[in-house]
Parts: sequence; C-alpha cells; structure tokens
Amino acid sequence: MSVLSIIYVVLFYVALAVLIGGIANKIMLYKRVPAPLKIAVTPAPLTTGGVVYRLFYEVVFFNSLFRASKWTWIFGWIFHVSLLLAFFRHLRYVISPDTFIWPLVNNMIVQSFGHYAGFTMLVGLAGLFARRVFVDRVKYISSASDYLMLLLIMGIAGSGLMIVYVAHTDVIQLKAFVMGLFLADPQNLPSDPILLVHITMVLFLAMIFPISKLLHAPGLFFAPTRNQVDNPREKRHISPWGAELEAKDGRNS
Amino acid sequence: MADYDIPETHEFPIIPSIMEGSMAHSSPFVAGKEFQDDMGFPSPEEPGELIEGWKEKFLEIFQDKLNKYRSLQVFMDGCVKCGACTDKCHYFIGTADPKNMPVARQDLIRSVYRYYFTFTGKTLSKFGLAGLVGARELTKEVIDEMYSYYHQCSECRRCAVFCPFGIDTAEVTMAARDILAQIGMGQKYSNQIIPKVHKIGNNLGLPEPALADTLEGLEEEIEDDIGVKVRFPLDEKGADILLVTPSADFFAEPHVDGLMGYAKVFHAAGVSWTISSKASEAANFGLFIGNYESMREISLRIRDAAKELGVKRIVFGECGHAWRVAYNHLNTLAGPWDFLDQNYPIPQHILEFTKDCLDRGILNIDKSENDHMTLTFHDSCNIARASRIGEEPGSQFTTPRQVIQAVCNNYHDMAPETIHDQTFCCGGGGGLLTDDLMELRVKGAQPRMEALKNNIADNGVTHMAAICAICKSQFTKVLPYYGMTMDQIVSVHQLVSNAIILDGQGEEAEESDEAE
Repeated sequence: MSVLSIIYVVLFYVALAVLIGGIANKIMLYKRVPAPLKIAVTPAPLTTGGVVYRLFYEVVFFNSLFRASKWTWIFGWIFHVSLLLAFFRHLRYVISPDTFIWPLVNNMIVQSFGHYAGFTMLVGLAGLFARRVFVDRVKYISSASDYLMLLLIMGIAGSGLMIVYVAHTDVIQLKAFVMGLFLADPQNLPSDPILLVHITMVLFLAMIFPISKLLHAPGLFFAPTRNQVDNPREKRHISPWGAELEAKDGRNS
Repeated sequence: MADYDIPETHEFPIIPSIMEGSMAHSSPFVAGKEFQDDMGFPSPEEPGELIEGWKEKFLEIFQDKLNKYRSLQVFMDGCVKCGACTDKCHYFIGTADPKNMPVARQDLIRSVYRYYFTFTGKTLSKFGLAGLVGARELTKEVIDEMYSYYHQCSECRRCAVFCPFGIDTAEVTMAARDILAQIGMGQKYSNQIIPKVHKIGNNLGLPEPALADTLEGLEEEIEDDIGVKVRFPLDEKGADILLVTPSADFFAEPHVDGLMGYAKVFHAAGVSWTISSKASEAANFGLFIGNYESMREISLRIRDAAKELGVKRIVFGECGHAWRVAYNHLNTLAGPWDFLDQNYPIPQHILEFTKDCLDRGILNIDKSENDHMTLTFHDSCNIARASRIGEEPGSQFTTPRQVIQAVCNNYHDMAPETIHDQTFCCGGGGGLLTDDLMELRVKGAQPRMEALKNNIADNGVTHMAAICAICKSQFTKVLPYYGMTMDQIVSVHQLVSNAIILDGQGEEAEESDEAE
C-alpha cells in the first residue's frame, strides 16, 4: 500500500472521530445546560407536535430566513439542497451493491440530480459570497473565516465537478478504498491530484465542523426560542438551579 | 429641539447605509455606589473605573452564565453571519450605526467568547490570528463598547423573529448587562428603580398613603364625570381579584385613563378586586438587567401579596414587559399557584378579562363615544413576540384589536410589515426609558413613527392605542419630535372607558351639564 494511501486512511479516521466526537460533545453540552426560563418567540405552538412542525418548517424551508431576506434565502436554500443532493450521490461509495438500498442510490435520478447539484451549489455559494462583498451590512459583520468557509466549500464543489468533467478518477478503486475503511481493510486510494484536493478539503471541513459556525446545524434544534411549547401558565417550568434557589429560601412554598 | 438630527420618515421604509461610530457616544449613566450597593453589585473604588480583578471576574461570570443558560451557549456558537437580522433593528434603522445591527451587537461579546472559550479562538490567538475568526481580547475599551451598545438594545426580539436559528439578541444583551453590573458597571436607571420596588412597592416610589390618596381622587373623578361610584380598592382582604398594574397607571397620561377603564370593567362585571400597596407595580426591571434572582425577588412580592390578601385570581394591567414576565415567568419564579382559583388563567391579562366580558355581552357599550377618533394599534414587542393574550397562538394580535373594534367605529392597521410579530419597538423599552438616552429613543422610534405617519396620511388615523406603560410614556415623549402631538397616544382601556355605559350613568351627569 502506498504511503499516500496510509496517510489518507489515517486522515479519514481522524476526521471522522473529530466530526462525530466533536458534535456529540457539543450536543451533550447543549442538552446538559438547562433553559431556566420560557423564552419561545411567539406566536409559538401550544403542543410538542406543533414544535416538531415548527422546526421541520425551519429546517426544510428556512422559514424565518425567507421572511427576513429573499436573496439570502434563495442562495442559502439552493446551496443546502444542493449539498443534500450531492450527499445522496456520494452514498454509492459507501453502500455495497448487494444491499437492498443500492438501487435507491445507484439510479439515474439520484446520480444525475446529485451531479447537477454541483453547479447549483456553486451558484448558491457565489450568491452568498457576493452578498458578503457587496452588501455593506453583511460585509461589516464578515470575518476572514466567513469568506474562507465559503471558498472552502466552493473548492469542494469545484473539484468535485472537475472529477466528473475534466479529470476522471478510478471510481472503482475509490470505492474499494472507502469500503476498506469501513471494513478495517485498508486499500489504495487513486492518486489523482484533483481527487486528493477534493478529499483533503472535505476532511478539513469535517474537522472544523465542531469548532466553527457550522454548529448552526445542531444549534437550530436547541434554540429555546424555537423549540419550547407555549404553555407557561398551564405547566410550571423550572430548571434544576432555579429549584435549588427555591429550596434554599423556601419562599415558593 | 435637539442637537442631533431627527431621522426623516418616508413613504416606504429605507434601509440606511452604515455609518460607523454614529452612536458610539450614546451611553446611559453608570450606577453609583449607593445604587450598586442596593442591588448587591460591587462598585469600583473610583467612579468610571472597574472593580479590581474585573477581567477574571467577567470571564468567570460569563462561564457561569454559559453553564446556566442554554440560550446563551447555543447562541454564542450558532451564528453564521448570514445577515438576515442586519436590517431588522429599529435602532439600526434609526441610527445607521452598524454596531446596532443585532449580529454586530451579539458579536461584541461573541468575540470575547471565541477568544477565551473556543478551541479555534484560543489556538489562533497564540499566533496573533484571533481576528481571523472574529475573536478579540477583553480590554477596558471592549467593556466600554459593550456598556454603550448593550444599552442601545431594547430587548424587543424583532431580530429573533427573522433569525434562521432563533438567535435572540435580547438574551445576549441581558447576559452582558448582568455581567457588566457584576464588575461594577450597572446602569443607573434600572439599578435605582429596582430597590424602590422592594422598599416602597413600586418603581415610582409612591408610598401607600399617597397611593390611597390617588385612588380616592380617581373615584371622585369618575363620580363627577358620570355620576357612578366606581371603587378603586386598596389592600382589601378577601377580594377575588388582585390587580397588578404598572405604577405609571396611577398618575401618568394616558395610562391613568386606562386604569379607569379597568375599574369600570370590573365594576360592570360585578367582581370584587383590589390593588396591593405592597405589589403596586407590575413592571419587573429584573428582566431588563438580565438578573434571574432580581426578577424572582420582584415576582415573589406578588405571591406574598396574593397570599396576604387571600385573593383567588391575579389580573395584570396594560404593560408589555411586565406581561412577558407574568405570562412566561411568574409560574417559574413565584409559583406554584395552587392556592388560586384554577378555573381562570394564572395570571390573566386585563384584555382577556375585558374580551370575555364583551363576548358574554355583559358590558353596555356605546361605540359612538369614540367617534372623534380614528384608531390604530401598536403591538408592544413583549406582548407580540414574547407572550400571548388569549387562547390561540397569535391571539395576542387579535384580542386587542377585537376589543378596540368593539368599542370604536374607526380603526385602521398600520403597514403589515410593521405590526403583529414584525412590530417595531417604541424605542424606549428594555430599560432605556431614561432621559440620558433621549437621542437613542428619538432615533429608535423612527420606524414606528414612519408607519404611523403613513397610516395618518393614508387612512386619516388620529390616535394610536397601546397596551404598554413604557410604549405610552415613550410615545408621549417622542411624538412631538416627529411633528405629531403627545396626546395622540391612548390606552386601549381608555377607549373602553370612553365607550362603556355603567348602570345609573347619565342621570346625574346630565343634571350637572344643565347646571353648567
């Protein structure tokens, strides 16, 4: 096995561990820290089912962003949907042809949608980048990392498209490499430069996910402003540390 | 009238180009030692300085807050700087200062969070690259900047409506203000008022004898006016309802006309009620300064008063943030309320009470009494976005409008993007209703004033009704800056008061008319 392949095997495992460990760590933190007060932004749902619907609408349609800014919404939404389609397309590298899921992934629709998603993803990202450059308010709030993040994902999309259009790689060997990772049976990685650039950037993105603003993904589900049921008069809400205060002075009894 | 420009109003809203530093000079008076002491906050040896070890203390309290408030922890991490909130704050629209954009306001402290509490910030700062991820060191200048701009936020949550991640700048402002107070930089206005609530019973410092006197005066006023004896009971044990209302209702215009409205509704409904001198204040400035303990202390007065007087129900008067605390937090902070009558909402809003009376047809209403006015309604931020009145999501919008339209013939809403949950703050909420922030208040009122002026031009509106003591006081003050008059702001229950006809009303009044 080539040295390069060994390096990438290690990188894959490290990146995966950082990604999963880092996100799990953050989610546990968000779960552990209590929400001492009812702070739902109203009008808010009166039931848990209503909250699920509210979050679903936010996650799938970016409802609040739609109300806020149509331009940011259209570029942001196109980007995220493209990301999802590209993700589906890539599933063929991790699914064995023997399983029943295979036909669901390896078909014309998923593959071609996922492929064109590369272009739409670039359109979305370019729009978001342009907003940072041309809208004075958004420019003011942007740090270098905000631009770099967009450039990184643009690089991933761009290199991905190049693999499809400019410099094909040995996808059979690539799949063998990926499946090898899962089976703890390391295989060689095709050494095409564009593929390596593509993979390196993806691994870097995975590793910075838990320590960057990409935490907006899990954060969305933990915002008390959106995930609380509007029932403070009907049901008493009290945090562990709030209850401790009460126990100390007994003034609530 | 002022040594600054009053913002222009336009036919259609205009988002200003940013003007860096345009409000950097705006900062409220810092609380002196006496007020810090009253609140249990430390004070520096020299005024204008910070306490010894302020930096460590700041970071320690910040960490403690991150451990105690999920909102703060999640909001510090989750912002992607998408810019959705940047044009939503009335203070940004009115001042064009980019630090009044909600995300920039959050970043004042998020930058410190990134520097001291994140792997990325901690690592990059070692190489002098903290700025790459928007992290910065905590310095005295940063503290001063926070003090200035966290007192240019009215905690109105309009930004939180539009944030795709539900990030609420109010939560960040509250946390920052509390940390600042605990390193010796409390705000004078709020820290001066809160102790009065505990020592005297209300924000105004109106003691029991003066309150009794005022209420007696109101009884006489109504009797002179309509010839009916409407009572304003104080500290009456065994009354069914405890009315908790902002103390501005006892003396300020147009607030007091609203209080007379509540009293007439209670009278017509035939319920027994009382005000408590101990809890003669609905406002809870503990919310503004972001201090849970303080907010709880203030709330517990109401529990104590309700128990002492043996009431069965609690009704709140027209007040925005007070209703936010009452609706959302009273159960948490001062509950459980198992000793009250469980057949009624605990607490209940006066509009819920009045709406119910109107629905049951027990109020005798003559709408023509309000025919000299054409009304519009200002949704107060804390009622629109931080609580509910009525039984359905959004009934905080319909209930006041239904009540107004039940007592008035002429009504027109303002532009849809300026009402309901998109309503604009009056410009004086969240602990900013102080003369040392007048410029900010005037400029922050711009979006609301613009919508009102356009409604006046398009629909001949003459008056704007509100259900918040701070809104009413703020509008009374800023309307003249925009070419309108202070009496164009009215209480919703003032309209009810005008239109309601009580049993026995009229006979004596007509006699006195003849005597004139």
